[in-house]
Formats: sequence, structure tokens, C-alpha cells
Amino acid sequence: MSGATVPTPVAPSYVLTVNGTEHGVDASWLGESLLHVLRERLGLPGSKAGCEQGECGSCSVLVDGDLVCACLVLAAAAVGTEITTVEGLADERGTFTDVQQAFVDAGAVQCGFCTPGLVVAVHDLLDRVPEPTDLEVREALSGNLCRCTGYGRVVAAVEAAVAVRTSGGAP
Amino acid sequence: MDEVLLPTTVDELVEGRAAHPDALLLAGGTDLMVAVNAGTLPVPGVIALRAVDGLRGWRREGDEVVVGAATTYADLLAPDVADLLPGMAQASRTVGSPQIRSTGTLGGNLGTASPAGDALPVLVALGATVELRSPGGTRSLPVGELLTGPKRTALAPDEVITSARLPVARGPQQYRKVGVRNAMVISVASVALAVDVEARTVGVGLGSVGPVPLPAPDACAFAVDAVDWATGALHDPGAADRFGELAAAACSPIDDHRSTAAYRRHAVRVLAARALATACPPATGAAA
Ligand SMILES: Cc1cc2nc3c(=O)[nH]c(=O)nc-3n(C[C@H](O)[C@H](O)[C@H](O)COP(=O)(O)OP(=O)(O)OC[C@H]3O[C@@H](n4cnc5c(N)ncnc54)[C@H](O)[C@@H]3O)c2cc1C
Ligand code: FES
Ligand code: FES
Repeated sequence: MSGATVPTPVAPSYVLTVNGTEHGVDASWLGESLLHVLRERLGLPGSKAGCEQGECGSCSVLVDGDLVCACLVLAAAAVGTEITTVEGLADERGTFTDVQQAFVDAGAVQCGFCTPGLVVAVHDLLDRVPEPTDLEVREALSGNLCRCTGYGRVVAAVEAAVAVRTSGGAP
Repeated sequence: MDEVLLPTTVDELVEGRAAHPDALLLAGGTDLMVAVNAGTLPVPGVIALRAVDGLRGWRREGDEVVVGAATTYADLLAPDVADLLPGMAQASRTVGSPQIRSTGTLGGNLGTASPAGDALPVLVALGATVELRSPGGTRSLPVGELLTGPKRTALAPDEVITSARLPVARGPQQYRKVGVRNAMVISVASVALAVDVEARTVGVGLGSVGPVPLPAPDACAFAVDAVDWATGALHDPGAADRFGELAAAACSPIDDHRSTAAYRRHAVRVLAARALATACPPATGAAA
């Protein structure tokens, strides 16, 4: 998607801290987005490239704890930050978080393209607001577009995750 | 320059800017990276503001709040600053999505100088000034002098915006915006209103209805007489509508792909009337 036509200049090498691990990045082009670096250079394809304009939220990650669109972050300027992607939410790769499990149980995953971004956004919400109102849920998800679910099941998944957490389930 | 500078102090930033006037000055990137990703903006080098701690956050100085240029919309929504700058908090909440609000900055909104920038009508309504720095020193400009046209500012090539200076609210403030839906849209028309019950003044800023955010001096003068300053209420419920008409008369909107000029003018009339009726509800409890 992006990048194919983007020209030459090469930024010097830099190091990014992603999911607690330092990764060297070499020979990226100047202007390369964090999203592109994550997917194409660091082997972390969980963050999805949708619009690359900040509109769809499918690339949502946490940078120093803030929910942001990785497509709008200049990778070389993210040096010195702590980046968390959907791959970093579970303890080990391959293990589901409670929110991921709630998405599966509620049928909030259809084609799945928007799911990683939504899961990151929901973790961000529930870490800040453990028992959100419906309005808070909808506002928190307003930057994530889904073409399949109609959002009803996504909201149901969030409610289910809240119910599990507040009844003392694993955080 | 073929690399990314990450200055950590304002002095380093100002020096870097002067040495590399062609480099992109990157704050949150929510405007710049859209163009970079699309391949429409060459990247001859980047100076990123992210690590300049001195540009982020706000402080109170007497009756003013000084907001650093790299302060995000999310920062401006925090309750302590929202109490001092309620109109700015309301405007910030309408910007984009949580992802955009945690990235986009006040300085970036000024730098882009879009007629639709949501922070800008608030700055106009408050009579805010913007502080600029270059190796030659510091100057401050009223926001109306910084913004010279759509995507044009009076910024010199070696200048950076360091902060905006806004008066602490001394009365009700309102920000109202019309877009095609609630989240994630640029405004089709917007109105910022600031009532100062101590100075007995009313400030207005209109967005997306002219090349720059516009003041509405006739509407403001009318409102000053329409408000019963002893109670903060409108003398006459019909005054809000008249205020809306005067605000609409201050517009010079265009037809474009987002809306027609006629709709924009109409929207300003309705938004301005509602803003005043909400800020200064008529004493009788009638209407609005
Ligand atoms: C999906 C999406 C939705 C959006 N919705 C809205 C919306 O609802 N309302 C709205 O107003 N905007 C919206 N925007 C636009 C954007 O988020 C805002 O204009 C934001 O304030 C830009 O800030 P930034 O820090 O990201 O700017 P950047 O992209 O980093 O910079 C923008 C411009 O300002 C210049 N600049 C930045 N900082 C300084 C400085 N300190 N001194 C001098 N020049 C500087 C840059 O060089 C550049 O020219 C949206 C953008 C996206 C992608
Ligand atoms: S790919 Fe980043 S928001 Fe769409
Ligand atoms: S499940 Fe297909 S886009 Fe959301």
C-alpha cells in the first residue's frame, strides 16, 4: 500500500522498543511510518494497514501508553518510546487476552481485519475506565471502522469483558 | 539533511529549525503523515517535536493559561485545564477520534491553518496570542495575524510556534460544530463563544466559513447589550436568534465538496443562537 512509490532518502539506523524488546531498524526510507516498519521490517503484522490516513484505526497501537494510529507515527521519531502492539497484549504469542476471548465468544470477529485495532482500543479503554458506560464505549471505539459487524457484537464483547473482569476474572 | 532530528530542548529546536528551514517540522503528524503516506509530500528531512518536553503541557500565569505548542487535544481534555479553558476542552473533544486526540497538537492545528481547524475559532473567540521563536528572539501575534489564509501563516521560515496564551475563563463558553457525523469529521461549520462576566464582553470565532476563522464583532457588540450582566441571562429570549443572524452575516463561506455556502451560513446562525441561549439562558426559563 503505502511506500511503494515513496522515494529514496535513507534514514540512519535506529532502535525501536516494541513489546518490551529492542529492535534495530536499518535502511528505512525517510518518512516511513511506524505501521510499515512494524509490519514489513519487524515481522509484526498484527497491526493492519487499512487507510493509512488515520481514519480506520486498524493500525492502532500504544505509544508510551497512548492509543495512536501507527500509520501516522513517523517510525524514526518514535525512538525512545515504549510501543505496544496487539502482539504484545498477551503474555506469550498465541495466548488470548480476556478481550480477545470476549470478541470470539460474542461473534465480534467476522473478516477480522479491524479486530487487532479494536482489541488494542478496548484494552486501552478498560485499563483507563474499568466500568465504562455505553457512551464511553462508543466514544472509545469511534476511531475504529468495521465493515462487517455493525458494532453491536463489538459492544457486546466489551460488555462481556467488563463482566468477566468485574466478577474477579483474570485481568 | 536526510535524517530525523529529535531535539530535546526549545533552544535545540530553534537552532535546528534555523539550520534546516526545508525540513518538515513534525509535531503529532496527523496532518503531515497523511500527506507523506500518500506520497504527495516530499521529505527532505524531519525535525520532530516529540522529545521537546518544554513544548508540551500548560501552566497558569495569573489570569492566563500558556499552552505549549506540542500539547495534545487529549492533554487539553484533562479536568484541571478543562476548568480553565472550557471552550478549548469542548472543541478538543470534537476532534477526530481518541487516536487523533492523543496525537494531534494545538501547534499543529495552527501550523496547518485549515479554516476547519477546531482549536482556531476558540483562540479567536478568546482573543488569544501565539508566541513564536527564532534565533532572533521571541514575538507574539494575535491569532488573527498569524493565520493569513487557508493553509497560510505569517510564520517566518526560521520560526517555530512555542505556545498560545489564552485568558482563563471568566464566564460560560461554548463550542459547537456541525459535521456529517459525530466522530472523525472535519467541521462543515463551527462556532466558539466566550462570555466574560467580569469584563462584560462576548467573544465569537467562526470556523469553516471563511479563509481563516472569523471574528464576528457586530454579533459580539449586540450580545453585550443583550445580556443582563447582573444575572448573566438574556433580557429577551429573541436576542439569541438575532445574535445568530449577526454571526451569520459575518461569514464568507464557499461551496465545496463538504457543503454549500448557504448551508454553512444557516448552520452558523443556528449554532450561534444555541450557543448564546445555552451560555446565557433567558431568565424566564422560556425557550432553548
Ligand atoms: C483522521 C483525522 C481526523 C482529523 N479530525 C480533525 C478534526 O476533527 N478537527 C481538526 O481540527 N483537525 C482534525 N484533523 C487534523 C489534525 O489532527 C489537526 O490539524 C492537528 O491539530 C494537527 O496537529 P499535529 O500535531 O498532528 O500536526 P502535524 O501534522 O505534526 O503538523 C501540521 C503542520 O503544522 C506545522 N507545525 C506543527 N507544530 C508546529 C510548531 N510548533 N511550530 C510551527 N509549525 C508547526 C507542521 O510543520 C505542519 O505544517 C484530523 C486528522 C486526521 C488524520
Ligand atoms: S491504517 Fe492507520 S488509521 Fe487506517
Ligand atoms: S470484522 Fe471485518 S472489518 Fe470488522
